[in-house]
Amino acid sequence: MASTDKQTVPAKGLYGWINARFPLDSMIREHLTEYYAPKNFNFWYYFGALALVVLAIQLVTGIFLTMNYKPAAAEAFASVEYIMRDVEWGWLIRYLHSTGASAFFIVVYLHMFRALMYGSYRAPRELLWILGMVIYLALMAEAFMGYLLPWGNMSFWGAQVIVNLFSTIPIVGDSLVEWIRGDYYISDITLNRFFALHVIALPLILVFLVIAHILALHEVGSLNPDGVEIKKVKNEKGLPADGIPFHPYYTVKDTFGLGCFLLVFCGIVFFAPTMGGLFLEAPNFDPANPMQTPPHIAPVWYFTPFYAMLRAVPSFAGTQVWGVIVMFSAIALLFFLPWLDKSPVKSIRYKGPVTKFMLAVFAVSFVVLAVCGMKPPQGIYPLLARIFTVTYFLFFLLMPWYSKIDSTKTVPSRVTYNADSH
Amino acid sequence: MPGKPTSLQARPVAGIAALAACAAGLAFGQISHAGEGESFPPAGNDVHNTASLQRGARNFMSYCSGCHSAQYVRYNRIAADLGISDADLRANLVFNPDTKSAETIRASMSADDAKRWFGNAPPDLSLIARSRGADYITAFLKSFYEDPSRPTGVNNLVLKGTAMPHVLASLQGVQAAEFKMTKVKMGDGSELDEPEFEKFVPVTPGAMTPEQYDEFVRDTVNFLVYVGEPGQVKRQSLGVWVILFLLLFTAFAYGLKKEYWKDVK
Repeated sequence: MASTDKQTVPAKGLYGWINARFPLDSMIREHLTEYYAPKNFNFWYYFGALALVVLAIQLVTGIFLTMNYKPAAAEAFASVEYIMRDVEWGWLIRYLHSTGASAFFIVVYLHMFRALMYGSYRAPRELLWILGMVIYLALMAEAFMGYLLPWGNMSFWGAQVIVNLFSTIPIVGDSLVEWIRGDYYISDITLNRFFALHVIALPLILVFLVIAHILALHEVGSLNPDGVEIKKVKNEKGLPADGIPFHPYYTVKDTFGLGCFLLVFCGIVFFAPTMGGLFLEAPNFDPANPMQTPPHIAPVWYFTPFYAMLRAVPSFAGTQVWGVIVMFSAIALLFFLPWLDKSPVKSIRYKGPVTKFMLAVFAVSFVVLAVCGMKPPQGIYPLLARIFTVTYFLFFLLMPWYSKIDSTKTVPSRVTYNADSH
Repeated sequence: MPGKPTSLQARPVAGIAALAACAAGLAFGQISHAGEGESFPPAGNDVHNTASLQRGARNFMSYCSGCHSAQYVRYNRIAADLGISDADLRANLVFNPDTKSAETIRASMSADDAKRWFGNAPPDLSLIARSRGADYITAFLKSFYEDPSRPTGVNNLVLKGTAMPHVLASLQGVQAAEFKMTKVKMGDGSELDEPEFEKFVPVTPGAMTPEQYDEFVRDTVNFLVYVGEPGQVKRQSLGVWVILFLLLFTAFAYGLKKEYWKDVK
């Protein structure tokens, strides 16, 4: 833990006045200047900080959108166009928010894949991982509710399809769906409650969870691409020998990462805000119309891997609930990762060929499922979706076996770091 | 000292990334062959061409706004964006003297009349270019053909059975569509004769040559694309400055990082 020697805190001036009443100095030290992070973070370690940046973008732009958005079925679509056309800089605020939604998932998926590669979920970081997974769940709920708000035709029918998933649950299904919608169909009432959840309930939950996630991280310390615990080897001052203070080393490094991220992000916002229909879908420029379905209903890209799984499972015994179970299990399994992985080493760098192969299978499955979920269930896609749903699950279900029997390389006692390549 | 990270250690990550990219490429590659949705020849419009947009605005107000509204589009916004003076706006684009320049474009025909006459109200065109695409509208405006079985006397290849009459027939002229019968295999293995479009044949000429009509459609579609997102030209020109600033910012951040990290051994 960081030293909290009160003697070194300046007692004078505003800073001293605050510190006599609030642990500002000790917090700065504990979480920034004396939080020791491994010095060998690579490319994959930018995405945690970037997720925080995107959260901030979403919160700020969201507040400004709320100032002109009208959460009513009769006005919502027009109010979004009012923001796009008549509100000063409204188009920029809206595109930052809509692009931010997709960016959030890109960043979070890369952040999660980093954890998969380097074993960031292994003991003692199980709770850190679980908190992260709960953030992911909250983020999915936040994105789903937010997608209804523009009240476009895809908003309407997407919500219709997803909410109806719950109707497959035996006995309580239909009344549960009615309870979620607050009506017999997706209506003004549904829009109103989704708005409340999207702008207050879920952002609050997200912010608290993110704080808990960071506190848990700083309690156990960051892992690194070698999967070596830096606290094990200390220098003459009793500090981690391979650790460097988060500030200024990682604050400057993450500032560079932020610049790179913003180049891509602003490139999309200013030159391709619809991202060819991936981030803003063409049918959503038609207002919600309960009498007319879009030619092909698909959720936004970040949900499509799970949507593909849902469609891949055939209905039997007179119910489609199996697809819903498979879809939710695909996410639920991630929670158990810390206990499924029996490998003696944490990082992929020191794991054997079978584990590497399975991780590749997982990555490919996820991407192919994402594409399958975007396409109509015709041609080769239903078959691909079935095959890769199976391989997605095999990655998890076989993990206790292959992670145990696979060969491993010797893990060094210190992290590998080459100053020239950083 | 710990060993340097070898390329061997970096390989699984790169390998996985490459595999995922290949999988995405393969799966996406299927899209063009999957045959979902129709594709149309490119519209060839350019929202940076103000003269074309001005002509498009004139075309829109003369031929479209009688029946179609553009309820999110204000007259004075068009004037400001397309360099049209208030006097020109009032003289050429605002037909009703009671309409204020700050108002949005409403159709002359009432929705009730439209329902009675055509079966349904013509769609609002504010966002038509965003929901359907410029290529689609271009193809639609060029694909009316004579069909005596329809109440309007015309049908459309792109939107079969459309309620819209061929409003631009006086400009384009009237064309007939030629179909040839082709055998289509059905699910049960039997074959069915299906008409397949071959070509358009001019029946009566219009006031415009085919080239003039193409330009008329291109200007009109261009205007609809502009109207879909009036701020798009400003967005792109501002974007260039944003990217330039970020390049500079990132370069400085990189230098700062290098400087700080000198003492990390």
